[in-house]
Amino acid sequence: MITLYVRNETGGREPVEVPTDISLSLMEVLKGYDYPIMATCGGMALCATCHIRVVQGGEQLPPPGDAELDMLDTLPDAGPDSRLACQVRVHENLDGMELCILGNEY
Amino acid sequence: MITTDIGIIGAGPVGLFAVFEAGLLKMRCHLIDALPQVGGQLSEIYPQKPIYDIPGYPAINAQNLVEKLMEQISPFKPGFTLGERAETVEKQPDGSYIIRTDDDTEVHCQVIVIAGGLGCFEPRKPDITNLAEFEGKGVAYMVKNPALFRNKRVVLAGGGDSALDWTLFLSEIASEVTLVHRGDTFRGSPDSSEKVAELARGGRINLLLQSTVMSIDGNGHLQQVTVKGRDGTDQQLDTDYLIPLFGLSPKLGPIAGWGVGIDRSAIQVNTFDYATDTERIYAIGDINTYPGKLKLILCGFHEAALMAQSAFRYVYPDQKLSFKYTTVYGVNTF
Repeated sequence: MITLYVRNETGGREPVEVPTDISLSLMEVLKGYDYPIMATCGGMALCATCHIRVVQGGEQLPPPGDAELDMLDTLPDAGPDSRLACQVRVHENLDGMELCILGNEY
Repeated sequence: MITTDIGIIGAGPVGLFAVFEAGLLKMRCHLIDALPQVGGQLSEIYPQKPIYDIPGYPAINAQNLVEKLMEQISPFKPGFTLGERAETVEKQPDGSYIIRTDDDTEVHCQVIVIAGGLGCFEPRKPDITNLAEFEGKGVAYMVKNPALFRNKRVVLAGGGDSALDWTLFLSEIASEVTLVHRGDTFRGSPDSSEKVAELARGGRINLLLQSTVMSIDGNGHLQQVTVKGRDGTDQQLDTDYLIPLFGLSPKLGPIAGWGVGIDRSAIQVNTFDYATDTERIYAIGDINTYPGKLKLILCGFHEAALMAQSAFRYVYPDQKLSFKYTTVYGVNTF
């Protein structure tokens, strides 16, 4: 079990406990917790509705792959800490990571 | 005008299979799709990917599945309007509908089935407050008519392949081209990015890296954009056009305005027959939502079968529907 923190609109940190023995993407987990992620494309790095910003603790994340980088490259509001949650697998190395969800407006 | 029993919006796998299920009940179909070919996501996005959860196929290549579906439905002689987007639906006094496309094709049908998958891909827009005010008045999200930009000043924003390609193209015809890119390198085709760099070195275009368009201004028509540069300072550029190229994002599109109930960009249906809250309009496949919804092709196939049983009463109001197995009765084609 790991704990992630989702930054909400008022700047607060909401802890989310996630088991690591399930093979899920971060997008699927956040969706499962009813965070407002549309995930229109279902996890193919096509729609960017699961665009997140890693606020802290992202050092352990594996770097984005080509499909993710190509999509991030096209987003008007992407920054160096941007990721697509659908391309991030839930793993021990995410423990303690804080993120905020950006993709809602697309 | 095209006349049919069921007008299907979306020619992806679920829209295609709906033709089969409708055909078994002697209902004719016409499919409309914004893409120029059938198959939806399968053909457009992942034609060579294997799919592992189609019953009876341990693995089937996506394009191959589309071909098999086309073969399966061919006896029912569906009509196709491809490369046109369904824009409006108009209810007729007798309850039937006319679907109109962006190219003014009209399809008259008794029942509408929305099998629109992800929806339509629309340009993603940058966060500039008064952007909408200048759309069509200097702000364009695609280059439809290149002649429009001849001898004009154009600012492009974006760093993908399309930004590079249009920069190269417009540098030949526009009087002044500026490319504004947030990053300091391009991930697009190395060939195009090298050509863009070369044009910039030769002074043929202005290349502003690590820069962002912050605001735009004009008097009825775009006249100026403000770009924040790598050193944090703003610079004003006089321009006739701004072309933001930030890729495409799937949106519900015109369907959102048809009056059917929508929840988070998906069409609400019941699980009895996959009807929407509007009589004679059904939604099947990835575009619908209901408790327990799974976005799977095989679930879409099931939804198509139940939809067809229900739609029958609108197409043949005087006939009683009797359910028949293909194993007993075969496939009676038209």
